Amino acid sequence: MSQKAQNNKAWWLVMPVVILVAFNAVIPLMTVVNYSVQETFGDNVFFYEGLKWFGQVLHSERFHEALGRQFLFTGIVLLIEIPLGVAIALAMPRKGIGVSICLVLMSLPLLIPWNVVGAMWNIFALPDIGLLGKTLNAMGFDYNYTRQPFSAWATVVAMDVWHWTSLVVLLAYAGLTAIPEDYFQAARIDGASAWSVFRYIQLPKMKRVLTIAILLRFMDSFMIYTEPFVLTGGGPGNTTTFLSIDLVKMALGQFDLGPAAAMSIIYFLIILLVSWLFYTFTMRNEN
Amino acid sequence: MTLQLKNVSLVRDTETHIYPTSLDLVDGQFNTLLGTTLAGKTTLMRIMAGLERPTQGQVWFDGEDITRVPVQKRNVAMVYQQFINYPNFTVYDNIASPMKLLGKDKKTIDDAIHRVADLLKLTPMLHRMPNELSGGQQQRTALARALVKEARLVLLDEPLANLDYKLREELRDELPKLFRHSGAMVVYATTEPSEALLLGGYSAALFEGKVLQFGPTVDVYSKPDSAESARVFSDPPINLAKVNKAHGQFSLSAGAGWAANGEAHALPDGEYTVGFRPHHLTLTPHGDTSVKVSAEVLLTEISGSESTVHAVVDGHTWISLSHGVHSLDKGQTIDLFIDTRKCLMFDDKDRLVLS
Repeated sequence: MSQKAQNNKAWWLVMPVVILVAFNAVIPLMTVVNYSVQETFGDNVFFYEGLKWFGQVLHSERFHEALGRQFLFTGIVLLIEIPLGVAIALAMPRKGIGVSICLVLMSLPLLIPWNVVGAMWNIFALPDIGLLGKTLNAMGFDYNYTRQPFSAWATVVAMDVWHWTSLVVLLAYAGLTAIPEDYFQAARIDGASAWSVFRYIQLPKMKRVLTIAILLRFMDSFMIYTEPFVLTGGGPGNTTTFLSIDLVKMALGQFDLGPAAAMSIIYFLIILLVSWLFYTFTMRNEN
Repeated sequence: MTLQLKNVSLVRDTETHIYPTSLDLVDGQFNTLLGTTLAGKTTLMRIMAGLERPTQGQVWFDGEDITRVPVQKRNVAMVYQQFINYPNFTVYDNIASPMKLLGKDKKTIDDAIHRVADLLKLTPMLHRMPNELSGGQQQRTALARALVKEARLVLLDEPLANLDYKLREELRDELPKLFRHSGAMVVYATTEPSEALLLGGYSAALFEGKVLQFGPTVDVYSKPDSAESARVFSDPPINLAKVNKAHGQFSLSAGAGWAANGEAHALPDGEYTVGFRPHHLTLTPHGDTSVKVSAEVLLTEISGSESTVHAVVDGHTWISLSHGVHSLDKGQTIDLFIDTRKCLMFDDKDRLVLS
């Protein structure tokens, strides 16, 4: 066994990142953990309650409903945005001036602040003065997102698709352009159909970027707050109250700090678990 | 089997990619397209394959004009510099893919795969995915796909360029054997003159979209019909210099001169371009036919048993290749010897007049 001289200087090199992670992740998270096991009535007086809040949240119908809505919403937007994004990416030009035009147009929705997106769609979809709302009603559809759950859902989904499909397009497009031209040429020589080219060359080659796209869209849509909050405020009734809206209502509206903290930890663990399962499952055959 | 290009040219936008070219490729031999990158090798292959339609001219196969026949109906196979396989198919399914598309039955496919896999040493890898293979094995898989297709025309576009040296040598030896009995017309593109010589067969020297010369590889090498063709077929590049013939004597502007004997004697007096390959410009004389020039060393590269010296002679950079290790300092003045028996002589129209 050879003796190596101890050198503790390396700790200084990792220090900045340790401090950064501590302040932006570990400490806030631990604060939440702290709240989640205590009861408070203000005045900085806390009582230890153990896992009581976790039990309460997990058994509450309100949480079940919000979670159900959340999975439904995320499922719908993923089912629309991923295929749509891939389809748009496939239709985009590969060279020439069209590339930059398409890329800029695609990036625009991503550059708009989230609450502005909510406000835009709020006005756009107003049944009496909004372009979308008024047009739909003029065409004979009974559309009013402030009163009908279905209209509200359709509007929230349309808004999310409008806002975020671009991200999928950009990722898928990057994946597509990374495929060497020779593959397509080889497929042409083999006499492969357009569907086979997509199925056996483009899709497998896009697997990694699509995995990333699905993960990002899953996490983001699962945490959606600002846009539906500005658009519908969670209504009509509670029909568009997703997990994060419910969480804010509980923490700030009712000032139930303990249950809200417990709920955020459960919320966080669900996202972590689903993402991990998805990633391990799709990547198990890679290397 | 014959493949003929008749006056084929390709112009895209205003840029000429291929100047009018006629080629009669030879059956049962390797037809090598030799040229630097952008010389037009790949474009020419794409035209042969039918992936690109020539602006003018025709492509004939077995006495039939196939210029307008789309690639799917031509029965061609192509292997690229990049290792192209279906990423989520096993090696077995990859090799099977062209035959499946042709609608062959399972038994035939299975037999063919095992025969080819045996030939290409892929048998232990048949059930692996392409990304689990080494570069050499991936390229073997691509070659296997080309072989089982039993294509009439096989296009190999620098298939060895991305392999390491040892694998390249190994596959280079095997390639002619593999395709000898396939009955296919084989076209092979490379940037390396030595590769063309090793593969034998026939070669076309390409330069900037023009086929300069086509013929048996050895002839193209030893009797390049123009200085450009000689340049394409020489690595390191051939040395070219102006030489003047008068009174039965060649003289270089660098001062050296030698008697024009034999065939050379019959040449009319005047200006010529003399070409001699780096290994005919040496640090030591080769008998009494060598002439001496004085040179200033620019750079010396020693690769094991050979030394390459870049030296300035009368304002031009020449390259000399000698046996043995010679370390020379930059700026040092040395004597170089031209082996005048090995000189190629080109006239003022750049045509070979003496070899």
